[in-house]
Amino acid sequence: MLKVEGLKISLGGFALQASFEVDAGQRVAVIGPSGAGKSTLLGAIGGYIPSEGRIDVGGKDVSNAAPDQRGIAMLFQDGNLFPHLTLAQNVGLGLRPSLRLTDGERARVSEALDQVGLAAFEARKPGDVSGGQQSRAALARVLVQGKPLLLLDEPFAALGPALRGEMLDLTSTVARDTGATVLMITHAPEDAERAADHVIFVDEGRVEPPQPVSEIMSNPPPALRAYLGR
Amino acid sequence: MARHTQPIKTSTLTGPIAAGSVFFLILAALAAVASKAQWPVTFGVADWAALRFTVWQSFLSALVSVVFAIPVARALARRRFVGRGLLVTLLGAPFILPVIVAVMGLLVVFGRSGWVSQGLGLFGLPPLSIYGLNGVVLAHVFFNLPLATRLILQGWQAIPAEQFRLAGQLGLPPVVVFRTLEWPVLRQVVPGAFALIFVICLTSFAVALTLGGGPRATTIELAIYQAFRFEFDLGRAAMLSLLQLVVAGSAAVAALWMLPPIAAQMGRDRPVQRWDARGAGLRALDTMWIGLAATFLLVPLGAIAASGLAGLGQMPSQVWSAAWTSAWVAALSTVVLVALALPISMWLAQTRWGGAEALTLVGLAASPLMIGTGWFILINPFAAPTQFALIVTALVNAMMSLPFAVRILMPAMRQVIAEYGRLSASLGLSGLALWRIVVLPRVRAPLGFAAGLAAALSVGDLGVVALFADGDRATLPLQMYRLMGSYRTDAAAGAALLLLTLALGMFWACDAWGRRHAEG
Repeated sequence: MLKVEGLKISLGGFALQASFEVDAGQRVAVIGPSGAGKSTLLGAIGGYIPSEGRIDVGGKDVSNAAPDQRGIAMLFQDGNLFPHLTLAQNVGLGLRPSLRLTDGERARVSEALDQVGLAAFEARKPGDVSGGQQSRAALARVLVQGKPLLLLDEPFAALGPALRGEMLDLTSTVARDTGATVLMITHAPEDAERAADHVIFVDEGRVEPPQPVSEIMSNPPPALRAYLGR
Repeated sequence: MARHTQPIKTSTLTGPIAAGSVFFLILAALAAVASKAQWPVTFGVADWAALRFTVWQSFLSALVSVVFAIPVARALARRRFVGRGLLVTLLGAPFILPVIVAVMGLLVVFGRSGWVSQGLGLFGLPPLSIYGLNGVVLAHVFFNLPLATRLILQGWQAIPAEQFRLAGQLGLPPVVVFRTLEWPVLRQVVPGAFALIFVICLTSFAVALTLGGGPRATTIELAIYQAFRFEFDLGRAAMLSLLQLVVAGSAAVAALWMLPPIAAQMGRDRPVQRWDARGAGLRALDTMWIGLAATFLLVPLGAIAASGLAGLGQMPSQVWSAAWTSAWVAALSTVVLVALALPISMWLAQTRWGGAEALTLVGLAASPLMIGTGWFILINPFAAPTQFALIVTALVNAMMSLPFAVRILMPAMRQVIAEYGRLSASLGLSGLALWRIVVLPRVRAPLGFAAGLAAALSVGDLGVVALFADGDRATLPLQMYRLMGSYRTDAAAGAALLLLTLALGMFWACDAWGRRHAEG
């Protein structure tokens, strides 16, 4: 589903190389120490950071495509919603960047907000709802975008552990509903165990191919063991 | 790890096209002027005198403004009192105050038969004279002392409150606080403030027109006007325009590296709690400086209101039609400004080309009268230039506001790109939808402020229109100048009050539009 071949990114003194494949429908946790290159990797796949090599999404080469033309939805660490737009408008942008929605599309937006438990909050603005509700609205947009690949750059990092777990579960539901493959950065191994079936370990610019989460967690390689402190 | 911002996908051409058309308007004017100049260019005694006076009065104006701004800003920075916020807001008022209105206010207070002279007369002293160098510098200080004060105050308020808390905890005396905290900021801000005021005063026209004149107090800008208007000597006007361009241009380029950023609003003006300077003597000193500055700024404004109310009934009907003309010229000018400033500031916010910022300053250096003269020469063979007087005025006014507008908008644009560039790209927002949905709502407040400045500047401008206009076409400042010239002082005072109301009203309307629904 996602095929990364000879990907090379160099930023100042930092270099990252990656070649791996992710099968359709997999939920992959990307873990590794801070500064290892996790965000850089996702940024390159998403089309926000220039890179060499080849990136295929759904069998199509998207290496030179614009971020919105890659079949990818992405949630960032922050700034996932426009604060001056209502939640419904923010979700609507996932359907049409011009925001000129048809009645059918409007109904689709309401349905998505309902699905994430925000039915009564359509007309609210992000500043008027809680952090958890903001995350839900961003996920509602992912839902209507219906892209085959979802990248998460720790969008729930600012939430407490319980709420973060809730959002990860909701993400899994959204991914199942849209049939999306997921790549999510996380610092916490329990998040990987909760929401992922595979793990990509990133360390010092090296990207290990995905391995089943139960395998790698029960028998971590030395570098991962050092990171986990086990 | 480096954080990357996604360039925002507005059209990549609109910015360069907008900037290019501004350059074309200026270069076409310059070429027209150069074609009329007699080569080789020679300067007469009067021209050298104009050059000397221009530089000397700019230097004095900048020096006096900055020297007095320091104690006033220091007093405002370390005192908290009722009305402080209002006073700081009022420091921004001269920026939108029409020059000719301020001159009127200064004449009422400091003129030959003004309040101060009358007071001096009671003691048998001779009246003041504010024509010539004194008056020109006085008016420039009236406008730029508040600007310098705001710039210095902004610098000091950028010092983190924790540092003053630490100073208070250590019980540092005022001298040490000054040396360790205030002086380093001052050393950064003061040269920039001085340079900015110097450049602004170099191209000042209306002040020199009303308070200067004669062989000893003529600026280059005024000399261009006289050569054009009284002698209709296009060659000499052209030659003086080139001189002005060289002088103001080189000063602007030299000043470029030290110009301070222009903050849109002192909105987050929270006075910092300070523990230094608690002695009664220092408190009295600060009170005196604040009192002096407030008096110097407020009394002329009060004088306009007082004498203007009396004169309102005596205004001839032309004043009202001139007010209407001014209003639409300003509205047109503001629309042009917004159409230019938005794409240019977006382009400059994204470009990595270092010279880009310099472009915004060309507008500061290009003399409005030179551009006006140039376009007069260009239009003249095809049509009567007087018919285009108001259009050219609106365009030139927009160009005068452009450097300020771009400097106000650029930080907001940079912030939009940094915060929402990636999100916009991920959603495929581009072109007009990007402007409508993301950029305009996010920059609305600074845009309203910049548009308000442009409207006020245009409505109060007495420059190009004085070159072109005939008896039928006049803006309100020109009409007011004519009333002053024919000694109809009461009617002129009424017109001044009307003009002041119009300028403040237009500024307020734009600024209020920007703040409504503007979110942080």
